[in-house]
Amino acid sequence: MGSVSDLIIQQIINGISLGSIYALIALGYTMVYGIIQLINFAHGDIMMVGAYIGWFCTTTLMLSFIPALIIAMFFTALLGMLIERIAYKPLRHATRLAVLITAIGVSFFLEYGGILILTPQTRTFPEVFPQTVYEFGNITFKYGDVVIILTTVILMAILTLVVKYSRVGKAMRAVSFDKEAASLMGINVDNTISATFAIGSSLAAAAGVLIGVYFNTINPLMGIMPGLKAFVAAVLGGIGIIPGAMVGGLVMGLVESFVSGIGFSTWRDAAAFFILIIVLIVKPTGLLGKNIREKV
Amino acid sequence: MALLTVDKLSMSFSGLKAVSNLDMEINEGELVGLIGPNGAGKTTIFNMLTGVYLPTGGSITFQGKKTNGVPTYKLSHLGIARTFQNIRLFGDLTVIENVKIAYHQHVSYNMLSGMFRLPAFYRGEKDMEEKALDFLKIFSLDDKAQELAKNLPYGQQRRLEIARALATKPSLLLLDEPAAGMNPQETRNLMELIRWIRKEFNLTILLIEHDMSLVMGVCERIYVLDYGINIAHGTPDEIKSNPRVIEAYLGEEAI
Amino acid sequence: MKLFNVKNLIRLLVLMVVYGIIQYLFINKAINPFYMMTLVLVCIYIILAVSQNIITGFTGQLALGHAGFMAIGAYMSALVVVRMQGSLVAGIIFGALMAAAAGMLIGLPTLRLRGDYLAIATLGLGEIVRIFFLNMDYLGGATGFSVPKTIDWTWAFWLMALSVFLMSSFINSSHGRACISVRENEIAAEAMGINTTKYKVMAFTMGAFFAGLAGAIYANYMYLIHPGTFSFLKSFEILAMVVLGGLGSITGSVVGAGVLTIISAGLADYPEFRMVIIALVMIILMVYRPNGLLGNKELKLDFLRIKKKG
Repeated sequence: MGSVSDLIIQQIINGISLGSIYALIALGYTMVYGIIQLINFAHGDIMMVGAYIGWFCTTTLMLSFIPALIIAMFFTALLGMLIERIAYKPLRHATRLAVLITAIGVSFFLEYGGILILTPQTRTFPEVFPQTVYEFGNITFKYGDVVIILTTVILMAILTLVVKYSRVGKAMRAVSFDKEAASLMGINVDNTISATFAIGSSLAAAAGVLIGVYFNTINPLMGIMPGLKAFVAAVLGGIGIIPGAMVGGLVMGLVESFVSGIGFSTWRDAAAFFILIIVLIVKPTGLLGKNIREKV
Repeated sequence: MALLTVDKLSMSFSGLKAVSNLDMEINEGELVGLIGPNGAGKTTIFNMLTGVYLPTGGSITFQGKKTNGVPTYKLSHLGIARTFQNIRLFGDLTVIENVKIAYHQHVSYNMLSGMFRLPAFYRGEKDMEEKALDFLKIFSLDDKAQELAKNLPYGQQRRLEIARALATKPSLLLLDEPAAGMNPQETRNLMELIRWIRKEFNLTILLIEHDMSLVMGVCERIYVLDYGINIAHGTPDEIKSNPRVIEAYLGEEAI
Repeated sequence: MKLFNVKNLIRLLVLMVVYGIIQYLFINKAINPFYMMTLVLVCIYIILAVSQNIITGFTGQLALGHAGFMAIGAYMSALVVVRMQGSLVAGIIFGALMAAAAGMLIGLPTLRLRGDYLAIATLGLGEIVRIFFLNMDYLGGATGFSVPKTIDWTWAFWLMALSVFLMSSFINSSHGRACISVRENEIAAEAMGINTTKYKVMAFTMGAFFAGLAGAIYANYMYLIHPGTFSFLKSFEILAMVVLGGLGSITGSVVGAGVLTIISAGLADYPEFRMVIIALVMIILMVYRPNGLLGNKELKLDFLRIKKKG
């Protein structure tokens, strides 16, 4: 009896760690969607770039975790803004199909451009943290788990403060509510959209570095699956809603670790998509979403 | 006999009452007007009659059958056709294709005949082409048959909307501001046309209109709506002299 | 207006000439087997691109699950041919029908979703299909499934020609127009008596059927099928072909499939380059020419003259 509950608690710990990472990525999806109604398919690949920058910082530059994290977040934010300016901004008034296809194109470009430049080989992160394992009975708690959860909580707290109280945050909320009205009120819509991409991308970079230090290996295609699952998380929570992304990410992480825990690890990706489809059919606005209808 | 009976029909959007307790009866062959200031709930009524919105209260009876909750396309098959206030043509398709799509519910061949190009397909298409051209002729659009709908001038787009609605072979035609954006001459021609198609196709027509001359000139009975409430109905003369109407609606414009 | 009118006879003649030339060159060893394989792949991708176009270009539904339907067609035809000792024709028909059945089953609930949501839901379903076959040890599982090669260029070419004929006949019939009306304006289509759900599902089922057919051809040509082949990257590739040629243009899809497949074959030794080029094509096209090379116009037989679709 004890071992079963131990197993469950262990999966909860694993699930929260994984879910935190999904939540960080999902935030970028949800913020971008909230502001320009675009599924930024390239978001997972931006995370990959972040992971590589982190890897470069910790290996070549021999930096420790926190500077590496900050540098990765900074450069990835620039990349996010760059992508928005080059690929998405010219399409602001194009059909959604056109923008979505462009996003898919950007995603491909980052993945295979990454393979071209960085070679497809898997890179190993150095041991940034002590490999300490805390044991409570049969439950193990890795140092990495603590770092992931702590980093995520801090970043989310900062994000919440920024969105709620800063000028940029207020502008973001205004633009996502009504672009035209916002621009009439003197808000620079283009810059606000850039800022959204920057913030979303830097959170993805943080997730990338965390994946790197937690799972140790990275490769140019590492962004695809976590990216898709984070998107599912964003939809699950209600796309466009920031707390929704956090909740959705945690749920996804927990589900995945339980599916693996009961011995169906080859099915865990399928489980994510099952959840997606069920959510979309039953409540497409997500757990925390409100219903809207098309005007006739 | 009443073709359409509306009983205590209500629609509210998250608490906001757009239409409340509307009673309306339209007999076969009548031409009835629905007027009221902006936001009075006229288009909402059309959307309920055509199944776009599910009423939050009351009932709609068409040809003796209750139609609340019947999907839009089935109502079209039952014989309710409409036009849209904010024109909704199939813009990237040609004028004649627009009409053919409306005629699709009467198509004489099945999908496989089309795919395998069986003789039934060629017969059906020929018939459809002729029928569609007939509808276009009525609205003097036959010489524009091969143009893209989105390239037509505004007035012709409005006429194409009516032609397309007619091609579904309705018994009840709902026209949502058919004269919007037309000049007085075009409006007069449209009035003639509406009268003529009613006779020719044995139609019952309900029309929403802002242009008072059109409504008063062509409709036999009029319902007046204000803030979602039916404040009066009667013949054009009765409406003109109804103090509530003058106060709520005509008064505003008279000033 | 008959099936065997002058225009159609000329079309048939052109097809026969193209087929004849390539077959002649192949028999005389002027085309090596690698190029021959590329040509067969062109045929397969043409079927895939045109069928994706039926769903996305004509009916306006951005579905990204084509690789999944292709996988179902491939594996189900292999099941019949290898495990049940059935004939090739039986295998192809069964594969295509199973894909169509899956398409209908998947389409009914998901096609209520709009735009982006539909895209991601169908992408997810495609991945579920792939993971399903990955876990099916009876059909080879993760190591792949060998299927004897019984399809040759002749089969591939004429199946492609037949598929394109059937799909373009469909889209140019009243039922096809009903599908297009869904793309143009869903609310107006409903009001005109078009059961939009039915026509979306119809287009989706038909797209799935032909994707399954393409998958079946692929399985019986390539010796080995592997779940990894049918990942969502394959769906994206197919979409790129459709977009390149033009959403809503059958001939555009044929051209798009041909061009991208040949580029891919040319860059076979540099797969990364290939994907980067596909990516750039997609981005540049969307920014500068969002309607693709041909837009929704069709290339007509009297070449050089691009006529508006009538």
